Amino acid sequence: MATEIKTYDVVIIGAGLAGLRAALAAHEEGVSVAVLTKVYPVRSHSNAAQGGINAALTDRGDSWEEHAFETVKGGDYLSDQDAVEILAQEAGRDIIALEHMGVIFSRNEEGRLGTRRFGGQQRARTFFVSDFTGQAMLHVLYEQILRAKIPVYDEWFVTSLVHDEDGACAGAVAMDIKTGRLGTFAAKATIMATGGLGRVYEPSTNALICTGDGMALAYRAGAPLMDMEMVQYHPTTLKGKGLLITEAARGEGAYLLNSEGERFMARYAPTMMELASRDVVSRAEQTEILEGRGVNGCVLLDCRHLGKAFILDRLRQIYEEAKTFANIDLTEEPIPVRPGMHYQMGGIKADVDGRCWDPEGQWKGLVGLFAAGETACVSLHGGNRLGANSLLDTIVFGRRAGQCAAEFARTRLAPRLSPAMAEQDHRLIQSIIAREGTGETVAGLRYTMGTTMNRYLSVFRDEEGIETARRVIHELKERWNGVAIKDKGRIFNTGVIAVLELSMMLDCAEAIIHSASIRKESRGAHFRTDYLERDDEGWLKHILLYYRPDGPPEVAYLPVRITRWQPQARVY
Amino acid sequence: MHTILRVRRFNPESPNPAPYDQEYVLDLEPSETVLDGLLKIRETVDDSLTLRCSCRGAICGSCGMRINGHAMLACKTKIVTVAPHGGLIRVEPMSNMPVIKDLVTDMEPFWQKIRQVEPWLQPEGPPPETEYVVPQAAMQHLTGVMACIMCGVCVSDCTVWEVDSTFLGPAALAKAYRFVADPRDAATMRRLLALNQPTGMWDCTRCMECVEVCPKHVAPMDRIMALRAKGMSARVPSTCGSRHAEVFTDIIRQKGRLDEPLLAVKTLGLRNWGRLLSMLPLAIQSFIHRKLPPSGPLHRAIPGIRSIRRIFARVEKRS
Repeated sequence: MATEIKTYDVVIIGAGLAGLRAALAAHEEGVSVAVLTKVYPVRSHSNAAQGGINAALTDRGDSWEEHAFETVKGGDYLSDQDAVEILAQEAGRDIIALEHMGVIFSRNEEGRLGTRRFGGQQRARTFFVSDFTGQAMLHVLYEQILRAKIPVYDEWFVTSLVHDEDGACAGAVAMDIKTGRLGTFAAKATIMATGGLGRVYEPSTNALICTGDGMALAYRAGAPLMDMEMVQYHPTTLKGKGLLITEAARGEGAYLLNSEGERFMARYAPTMMELASRDVVSRAEQTEILEGRGVNGCVLLDCRHLGKAFILDRLRQIYEEAKTFANIDLTEEPIPVRPGMHYQMGGIKADVDGRCWDPEGQWKGLVGLFAAGETACVSLHGGNRLGANSLLDTIVFGRRAGQCAAEFARTRLAPRLSPAMAEQDHRLIQSIIAREGTGETVAGLRYTMGTTMNRYLSVFRDEEGIETARRVIHELKERWNGVAIKDKGRIFNTGVIAVLELSMMLDCAEAIIHSASIRKESRGAHFRTDYLERDDEGWLKHILLYYRPDGPPEVAYLPVRITRWQPQARVY
Repeated sequence: MHTILRVRRFNPESPNPAPYDQEYVLDLEPSETVLDGLLKIRETVDDSLTLRCSCRGAICGSCGMRINGHAMLACKTKIVTVAPHGGLIRVEPMSNMPVIKDLVTDMEPFWQKIRQVEPWLQPEGPPPETEYVVPQAAMQHLTGVMACIMCGVCVSDCTVWEVDSTFLGPAALAKAYRFVADPRDAATMRRLLALNQPTGMWDCTRCMECVEVCPKHVAPMDRIMALRAKGMSARVPSTCGSRHAEVFTDIIRQKGRLDEPLLAVKTLGLRNWGRLLSMLPLAIQSFIHRKLPPSGPLHRAIPGIRSIRRIFARVEKRS
């Protein structure tokens, strides 16, 4: 089946904050750019980032070194410190650039940008727009995309990455969801910015579109995934669907209480209390719940003492959310919360310019591919991400990836792709549509996968559980071949997309399990009850996985890059 | 709770593509949402049911649809609020936009209007070294309109758009307001002049639908009224809409009650013979049915006119 080929210098997959920031940066470098996204850009999950974005603005007495150090400490010393230094140093400039684009950051009495406190940090350095910071930033970046008239292919679902004769990444094959037709996008540089993989877990704070597409696509195409065992559980999620209650609630002063009304964090993190790093708070909550001091499997988040006016001004969205989805008035009663899957620290291995290969050849990668945002692992966040560092990650490293991809594209000739490149994906889609029902459904498999991951690869892990999960996921991959859908049409066939997403999620799940089984220590979010201590001697290194279609992934290691902060005991 | 979801379906690829209703009987908790119900259908009964959805928390704006006749986000709409005692819930795609399949509408007409208002900040000259220094009070109120998630619900239920699809519509006008009211934006006059054109801010009929259905309390109609006020104080060329507002206020100030014939004549303008003549049959009909109120010199001020003027004075002092 021949498809139309569209050619651009840089193609960006994903239209959340990282993708849009990368697109703007590449456009400003003067190359031709297109953005592919499976939803409309403003539907992207960057929307969900509530609390804010960190930056140490040196002109108001903050120090980037302090921000960098707290990020490294928060990451339990698994972060690559050269990347963290770049993040902290360039944060101020990028925040100001956003303000100039139009983001309506909250201001102080002098009319300058104001800050609030967030977890894992001594100082208030989180800039914010009420409690919908991500949404406010995403909409403004999309405004800038409209201004720049950058073509956006809305509702195009990428089915695979393509290679040129030399094996470099040369673009992607994607399906126009509205027509069901496949198209090939030839690109000198391809940037992956598809966000996270939350739906591998059930429940998760993540939106239904967070299915790890980018990680699976890059992994299958030859790029390694790194630190995949590092899955963050957020301390304050609602029971049931797992919706997020922003950390800003604690940042603004809310307490965590157990069934005895005790502020239990005093026993786990006497100095930082509720604002210790997320892995620490989540483990504390889970311990309280397991030891019988929970309230129906939750602990309580108490905002009452903040006062109604303050809550309505600074925490308006969660006030509404609690009212709508938990039937609770935050100003009058505490709200039950529990740790819930929230963020993947790991992802496609990328360097500080977003490159998914090493020009110096110290690790194998995929030339021509870049990655930014949650789908990437520049290893900023190490073993645990600080709140409000994810937005910063998308903005700083999205921009850098866009700039570097444009520069790289200028040195390349446009790849010559054959219209038959989409043939394999076309046949796969046809075969999925043609499958006769065997009783297997996407929903059934997804639920089993999600609950398995949430049981065995959550706050506490051990070998037995990890191996159980491995068996379950392996079996689900077999059963995936029998999943059939009722919709036999081409137009807006969401059934086909769900089947394809499920297969990507299963690859991601396998990678998480494999990495978790290898790392025999407790570090950051990866806490093993059979290896309780952090082991810097043996495990101060990254785990890289390479996809092997017919067996377990190939494993490689990279040392952690340490510039100025030697690992210390981590106390909050 | 025993609930029936009657879903409007449409398959463009069927031999005879025509919309039809399909009923699904479900057992749902009152606290569950319409989206929960639809997902349950998709997961357990019929995976061909097509809809957009993502965040489940009323922040992404994907799942706008009509529920019992009004547009809303399915993820924010609880079963108990639309069917307190169980029973039937009607679910249809949003209006005023073409339907692609089942509950999925083609949003292009929506985005086209958004693009039309040049929705990006247009400051004057190069930006300062650091941030723009602006009082928090001048910015904070913008969070209310920035809360818009572009779900399309207001456009779906806009009664003007329904009869005139060239109308900019509530979402695009609210978006335009966000820039007109932003102290950093320098294109205010150009924006107001563009919005002053036909299909712009004066075409809203103030039916309140958009205010009622907006899931994020953006109150688009209030933003449109604020745009009009800004336009009038910036002295954009008068339109029927602005003259109507001015003449209406003047008459009330002088007489305390409306002089409808005078309002029509002054709004349309004495030289606007065509429009004035077209009003004549209405005037004659009203006269015959003795519903034409006395006008001009015959239209007397009401007895309490002094109090009315005091109200005017007080309001004008405040603003």
